Formats: sequence, C-alpha cells, structure tokens
Amino acid sequence: MQTTNTLPAPLSPSQQFLKQWGVTIFIAIAVIGITIWQYILNAQVTEAVLASTIRQSTPLVLGALCGLLCERSAVINIGIEGQMLLGAFVGFLVNVWTGNLLIAVIAAILAGALMGLLLAYMSVTLKMDQIIGGTVINILALGLTGYFYQVGLTTDGKMLPIPLGPLADIPIIGPAFFNNPPITYATFILVIAVHYVLFYTKWGLRTRAVGEHPRAADTLGVNVFKVRYVNVIVGGAIAGLAGAFLTLEAVGSFERAMTNGRGFVALAVMLFGKYTPLGAWGAALLFGFANAMQTQLQFADIKIAHQFIGMLPYVLTIVILSGFVGRTRVPAADGVPYEKE
Amino acid sequence: MTEENLALEIRNVTKRFPGVLANDNVSFSLRKGEIHALLGENGAGKSTLMNVVYGLYAQDEGEFFIDNKLVEINGPSDAINYGIGMVHQHFMLVPVFSVTENMILGSEVTKGTSLDLNRARKEILKISEAYGLEVDPDAIVEDLPVGVQQRVEILKALYRKANILVLDEPTAVLTPQEAEDLFVVMRQLTEQGVSIIFITHKLKEILNVADRVTVMRRGKVVGHTSPKETDQQGLATMMVGRDVLLEVEKSPAKPEDVVLEVEHLKITDERDVEVVKDISFEVRAGEILGIAGIQGNGQTELVEAMTGLRDATSGKVYLSGETIPFENPRYLVEHGVGHVPEDRHKHGLVLPYDLADNMVLNTYYQKPYAGQMLVRDEQAVLKNALGLIERFDVRAPGPDVAASTLSGGNQQKVIVGREFSRPLKVLIANQPTRGLDVGSIEYIHKEIVKMRDEGIGVVVISAELDEILSLSDRIAIMFRGEIVTIVEAKGTTREQLGLWMAGATPEAVV
Repeated sequence: MQTTNTLPAPLSPSQQFLKQWGVTIFIAIAVIGITIWQYILNAQVTEAVLASTIRQSTPLVLGALCGLLCERSAVINIGIEGQMLLGAFVGFLVNVWTGNLLIAVIAAILAGALMGLLLAYMSVTLKMDQIIGGTVINILALGLTGYFYQVGLTTDGKMLPIPLGPLADIPIIGPAFFNNPPITYATFILVIAVHYVLFYTKWGLRTRAVGEHPRAADTLGVNVFKVRYVNVIVGGAIAGLAGAFLTLEAVGSFERAMTNGRGFVALAVMLFGKYTPLGAWGAALLFGFANAMQTQLQFADIKIAHQFIGMLPYVLTIVILSGFVGRTRVPAADGVPYEKE
Repeated sequence: MTEENLALEIRNVTKRFPGVLANDNVSFSLRKGEIHALLGENGAGKSTLMNVVYGLYAQDEGEFFIDNKLVEINGPSDAINYGIGMVHQHFMLVPVFSVTENMILGSEVTKGTSLDLNRARKEILKISEAYGLEVDPDAIVEDLPVGVQQRVEILKALYRKANILVLDEPTAVLTPQEAEDLFVVMRQLTEQGVSIIFITHKLKEILNVADRVTVMRRGKVVGHTSPKETDQQGLATMMVGRDVLLEVEKSPAKPEDVVLEVEHLKITDERDVEVVKDISFEVRAGEILGIAGIQGNGQTELVEAMTGLRDATSGKVYLSGETIPFENPRYLVEHGVGHVPEDRHKHGLVLPYDLADNMVLNTYYQKPYAGQMLVRDEQAVLKNALGLIERFDVRAPGPDVAASTLSGGNQQKVIVGREFSRPLKVLIANQPTRGLDVGSIEYIHKEIVKMRDEGIGVVVISAELDEILSLSDRIAIMFRGEIVTIVEAKGTTREQLGLWMAGATPEAVV
C-alpha cells in the first residue's frame, strides 16, 4: 500500500550531459581561454605556468587515485599523507644507497603498498575505526622518517624530462605535457588506467559494489575482504609513487615532513572530482594551475600582501567546491567494516 | 526417502549463535516444481535455515542433498553453482547500479578485460522474456518501485540458472496488488521447473499459493501440512503452538472525557507540500480511534506533529484541554503521551544499545534511573528491564543484548514495554504490528485493548484494513491529507473502508 510518487521527468541525454559536465566544461574553457590570451602576451611565462601546473598536480592526482581506490571499496584512507611521506623517504634512501633511480622508485612503491597493507589489516581485518587507522599511519610515517633521516645525505640526481619527439614542440601545451620526467607520464597513464579499471572491468564493478552494498556482493560470491585488501594495497602503492615523485623527480632530496599536507589536499581533490579519476585529475590540474598562478603573481609587482596571494589556490578550491560542483555522492558503505554474520 | 523426486533435501541441520539455538536438528525437503512454504513466527529460524543453505552461515551440524546427491556448501558461490538462488527480505541490490550491473555482479560477462554490458543486456532481455518478467536493463535500481526491484532479484537468481528459488518473506514489502502479481510469477516459475521455498508468516498467502507447508517454531520443525488439509486457524495454531485469536476480543468501549483534541491542524512538509490539510478530531479516554489510509496520505506527518517530532503550520493539539507545544517530545513524555513509532529501527530503538538502555530511552533522566549526582542507577535500569522482559514476554537471551539482535516482533515488544509501562493518558501507535507474525500481533492487540480498558485514549494508525476494523471503536479515514469521514467501527465493512481510502466521498459509499 503505497502511493505512487511521481518522479521528475527524466532528462534528455544532452541535458543530462550538460548537468553532469557543464561546470567542468565551463571551467576548462575559461582556463584554456586565459592561457591562450596569456600566451599571446607572454609565451615564456605561460609555458612556465603550465609546466608548473602539471608538476604541482602530479602528487595530488596520485594521492587522489589512492584515496578513491580505497573509498570506492569503502575503506576511508586519511593516511595518504603518511603513505606518501614514507614512499618519498624510502625512495630517497634507496637512491642514496644504490644510485639506481628505477630501484628507488620500486622501493617507494613497495613502501607505500606496505603501508596500504597495514591500513587494510587495521580496517578490514581488525575492523578498527578507519580514521584512527589512517592517523596511525600518518604519525608512524612522520615518526619513522624523522627518526631515520640524517641530514647531509646526497644523491647523484633526479629523474630528468624525456621530450616526446615533435610533440614536445607543439606551442603552449608541448613543453608542459610532452616534455616530462617518467613519473609524470606514468601519472597520465595511471589516471586513464584507474578510470578504465573502475568503470569498465569486472574488478571495478566488484569494487564499486563492495563500496556500496558489501552484503549484496557477498551473496553473489564476491570476496569482500579480498576486494578491499587489494584496492587498499594498490592505493598505497600509488601513494608511494607520489612520494617517489617528490624525492626522485621534483626535488631530488628529502626533508622532514616534506609532503606538507599534499595527502590531505589529495583527499579534497578526490572529493572535488566526485570519486572519479578523471574528475580528480581535472580538480588537481585546477589546483595546480591556481598554485602556479599564485607563484607568478608573487613575482609580479602587485601591492597585495603575499599571504593573501598564497591563499588563492585554497580559496579557489573552496569556492568551486561549494559553489559549482554540487553534492558528491559518497559510496554508501564508506568507512563501515564488513561483518560476515 | 530417496525414491521421491527431490530438488533439495536438508538433513538434521543445527546452527547455534552465541546464546541462541537458531536451528535445532532441522530437516526439510523440497520436491521438484513445488512451492513449499516455510512458515513460522519471527525468530523461529526460517531465515537462518535458508542462509545456511545459501552458504551465508556455516552450519554446526547437518547435510544437504541436491538431486539426491550429498553436497557441501561453503559459501554463496557454491550455492549458486548448485542452482540455488535466494531473494533476501532486504534486497541485495546495489541501489546506484543499473539493472544489468546488478544482474552480472559476481558472474560477469567479459570481452577481453572489459565488461561486455551489451551481451549481458541481451541475455537479460532473453531471460526476462522467457519467464515473462518484464524489466528495463538500463534502469537504475533505486529509481524502480519495490515490486520491480523484487523482479530484478528473481531475475538475478534465474540469470545464474537457479532451479531452486528461496523467497524470504517476499510480500513483506509489497502492496496487495504487487503480492498478487508475485504469486502469478511464482506459479509460472514452477511450471517451468523451478522449485520454490516460500518463507512467510502470512497465513492467507500460504493457503493461496503453496503446495506444501513446513512449520517451524523456536528453531525446530514442528509439523508438515498442506493447504488442502488445513485453514488459517489451523496454521496459526501450529505456528504459535497454541490456539490463537485471529480476531481481537474486546468489550464495547466506555468512552469518557476528551483527552486528545486536534484542531484545524495544517502541516507542510520539507518539499513545501501541504500534506495535512486542516484536520480536526478528538479522542476520548477509554476508546480506540483508528486512523485508516493508504500510506503516504499524511498520517506520518500527523503523528509526528502529535508526538512532538514536527512543527505544524497552523492549528492546535490539546492534551486534556491544554495546548501542547510542537517539537517538544519531552513535554509529551512527561505529560503522559506514549508513542509507538512507525519505523521501529529509525525512531523506536537505538539498535546498538542493549535492551535495558532502550527501555529507559525516554525516562533515563528521571528517578529511579538517574542516581546520585551524575551517576545513573544501573541496578534500577536493570530491574526495570528484567521486569518488562518478563511482563511483555520479550524473547531475548538477556537485558544486556543489543536491540539489533532481536527479531522484529521482539523489538516491537521492547518498545511496547517501554511505552505501555509509563503512566499514560494518550497512546499513539503507528503501524504497531507491521511486519509481525500472528503471535506477536495477537499479543500487541491485546495489550492495546488493555490500555483502552484502563481508561487511556488510544490512536492506532494502520494501513491494514483488518487491523483497523478489529481494533478500532471509531475509524477516521485519511485521504490526501484530509479526513474523509469518521465512522463507528461497528457496522463498517472492509469494502466501505477500501472505497473511502481510495478517495470516495462519504456520501457515495453506503
């Protein structure tokens, strides 16, 4: 005995597309417009801003990929910061010892994955509160890296940009997109790969099901625990790669707490991107762009206190997050440990 | 035993939970192509048994035979492989997924590394046509009505080539019309060779659709019968273990002074729709006013306003002549208004709390539960709980178990115990027996009548015609936020009520 609730008339496909992507398209057009205009005015600075955008956004996208893999399978990961930091540190140390950048990157990824395993064990097997689990990882990473770090360690260098032939010579975007070091390229590929896995494969379907309604997945023979473990570990590995980016590609050395909140910004980026890899990428690029602009503005002779200019990327993020993006739908089972009986 | 053509045989299954023997040496057999009803009260162990068969719980003892062959079922994937499909009481559908995605989850069709949604869609359409279960493969599940979601669940089992289908209280969430449609589908399925286990506690449905009946009580099988050999009364007796009154026994009401008066009440909901339009009525001490109506005609909001959970746009509610404030539930608790809420999980209980705490949810700050200083008196809380458990026959291992572990009927008894044991002037019971079995219904009806006879003004809101007719002294019928009419229960027929509830004017119904 129910009254039939009249649902609002379904939107036509074009309306739906506009509703879903309208804001993104608008922002993208605005950014591209500004960029072209600036390029005409001053090509060098524009190319620098774009390159900086990519640099700034890379660890954030990677962090966000980690976060969304975890949360799509219903494990909240606020330990991205710690996973990144440990990845950065281990990568750096291995580089110091071996001088081999490839081995160093692999070590960083493994360190991140290990941290992912720890988080998975705490939240899936022990059913601990996941916020506490993540905090444990953050504190652990901060403590371990702080304790073992010795000042004065140096390395032979960092990963250098590899220009992709003629692509790198395209005006405006060439230098920014096609003349990057390996981890940045890997990030482009990872965004596409995670998007594909999440939305077009069996594993992705199961991951999303486990994040929304684990019992339903369980009744169909899906191993909820396994799905969560694998996603959280892979997520950790990606966070480790983000750490490797910092020490092996961007800076070339390690300093205490060098992640400097990027793991948390990555969480914001993930939400901003509505738990989708492409969305997170867009969000990270926007944040990186605002950050790059901010740096340029500080060089320019403008009579505004630099603290205010420094706030710009964050203010922009908040305004866009609250004003345009609208509600993000969180996976229904997010943060809830699964009990079998 | 094996001469028979059995689809499934369960032998001597025992399943223990901490403190409870859920299945005690249960045996059960399902013939090919039959609808076998599994009848029992809430908490009798029907669902547990089926969850064991489906591999969700591991049995402590016992064996399963499928097509007369011994099989081991260690998880749902085993059960699926043996052709067992289960439609759970609470649907196992991912609300944000499309029908197709829900269907293929766990048995995905792929092309290379990608999901092959196109092929899946075609297969689904083929099956849905073959069984006459129409469904749109691209619809998002949460947008579908409950009846269609259930169809998706059935198709999900058929998609996995199930020939044994377990339906766990499938009609609990359906409208009567949807239930009728389901029965038609069930018969069609058996004609195509599917064997169905139909779990229910609704007697009429069994007589309607089942071929055989197995009755369970307190974890044990207590008997077998068939609709040909028995009737509602017989089934009820078997299920409860004693003679049950399917009708409420009550003497004529002796109404006294007006205790509750609602005057020109108007309520607007969150979407700015006026859901209660100028309602007035009064309730006297010692009478039961039934409010009948199809769900969603403003009853929920009306009750929320009367119980302090919602503000009204205009109008007044008087309790013994005094105006009550809106949105102040504690005032009502302290002035003798009892409330059995519509949704016992959401508004009736704090599910993770134990029974003792749940039983003092609205009086914990009063003597004797609040002890010296800021400390509460655990002993008093416990004593209260033990008393209520005994008096209201709550079947639970003890007062310290979480409310979430109890069956629906026993949860409702916890609420009834908490509300009915306070000194009351007015009792408002919204859907007091929804989802309960006959034993619990009988019990709660008896308690409600007892409250009336003690001189309390009772309001019962229900969508069940039988409940309204048998409990009420007077009946108010609500339709689209208005009261169509208020009539004496005596002499009113089901048909009249049904017409009023569907919006017929009082004059049109004679």
